[in-house]
Amino acid sequence: MAMTIHVDVVSAEQSIFSGVAEFIAAPAAAGEVGIYPRHAPFISRMKPGTVRVKIPDQAEEELFFVSGGILEVQPQVVTILADTALRGKDLDEAKALEAKQRAEEAMKDRSATMDYAKAEAELAEAVAQIRAIQKIRKQSGR
Amino acid sequence: MASGKEIRTKIKSVQNTQKITRAMEMVAASKMRKAQERMRAARPYGEKIRNVAAHLSHAHPEYKHAFLVQRESARRVGVIVVTSDKGLCGGLNTNVTRMVLGQMKSWESAGLGVDACALGGKGFGFLQRMGGSVLSHATGLGDAPHLEKLIGPVKVMLDAYMDGRLDELYLGYTRFINTMKQEPVLEKILPLSGAELGSAKGHWDYIYEPDAKSVIDELMMRYIEALVYQAVAENMASEQSARMVAMKAASDNAGNVIDELKLIYNKTRQAAITKELSEIVAGAAAV
Repeated sequence: MAMTIHVDVVSAEQSIFSGVAEFIAAPAAAGEVGIYPRHAPFISRMKPGTVRVKIPDQAEEELFFVSGGILEVQPQVVTILADTALRGKDLDEAKALEAKQRAEEAMKDRSATMDYAKAEAELAEAVAQIRAIQKIRKQSGR
Repeated sequence: MASGKEIRTKIKSVQNTQKITRAMEMVAASKMRKAQERMRAARPYGEKIRNVAAHLSHAHPEYKHAFLVQRESARRVGVIVVTSDKGLCGGLNTNVTRMVLGQMKSWESAGLGVDACALGGKGFGFLQRMGGSVLSHATGLGDAPHLEKLIGPVKVMLDAYMDGRLDELYLGYTRFINTMKQEPVLEKILPLSGAELGSAKGHWDYIYEPDAKSVIDELMMRYIEALVYQAVAENMASEQSARMVAMKAASDNAGNVIDELKLIYNKTRQAAITKELSEIVAGAAAV
């Protein structure tokens, strides 16, 4: 049997995933990182994006969308403290697109009351959400 | 003695009140179940972030975050008061505000200034009436706690702490013990005591990305937010169960009042019949 590592994905509102995995990919501050068991202790901020978890004896990877948070890696345990992490399947593509449009509009119209930095963050989040949905679509062959 | 019609309308009005309290009791019961689930769902995050914070405080001795540094003397303290938005939940809010008020008085008599942050409409109203200095507030929290609504007001307090305008930060809320029992608590959340995070073992350090300071800063911020979130979630569960109990008591009391009024009504009715009868008998005898 391959080596495994324990993974916990939690957000403030609920525990999203807890179990063993062979490999985890997460969007760290300086780019995506891949984590195998016995990784050196590592801690990083996360950018909006998808966390991929390869579970033993399961062909499909589990996908979780995170809109930011903290990633902590210990040799035997990975903890992902997500700001808002919903199950990938629950994501609403239309909603994400709408949010993107809204954010883009707000960016064009800088005189609007909306803060530029906030709009940019919303745009990054929407783009990441859409990418997560597309990945899931591709996987399920739709 | 009141006439039959008067008593009848009174019974009717108490019955209507009872209908309302009974409906509120049932609504609170179903909301309570959800609020309890939410409160339990929020626990893993708090535990995990506490673990990470504990690891971090051992791993990186060079940079000590301001939240971990004990200050020599406190001049000004901050207090976050978590209450409900709505009333009709027994003594829930009064208990918390009374405790906070007592503590505030003792701080003030010790020469400490107090700044407050109100989460929940009742606490905000109370602090305003008391003329306390409210740095930030959030009202209209709804049935489910949302972190987005809490981040802003809490950040105001944390910024004040970082700037040295506050030297200690307390959190007052109602802890949920079980459906029948909730207790008001006032906890010190800043500065974090080292003991709370456990003791060091071995020496090692993380690889930080992008750098130690920004990661630790962000983590500490989140840790406090998680504490506040958990407090709000507990407070909401407490609120719903307190309301359920209060409304159940109100419905029972209304039932008692109705019973008493019915007894009086029947007595007056009987008295009237007896009076009429005796009048008829007396009239017949006179003939």
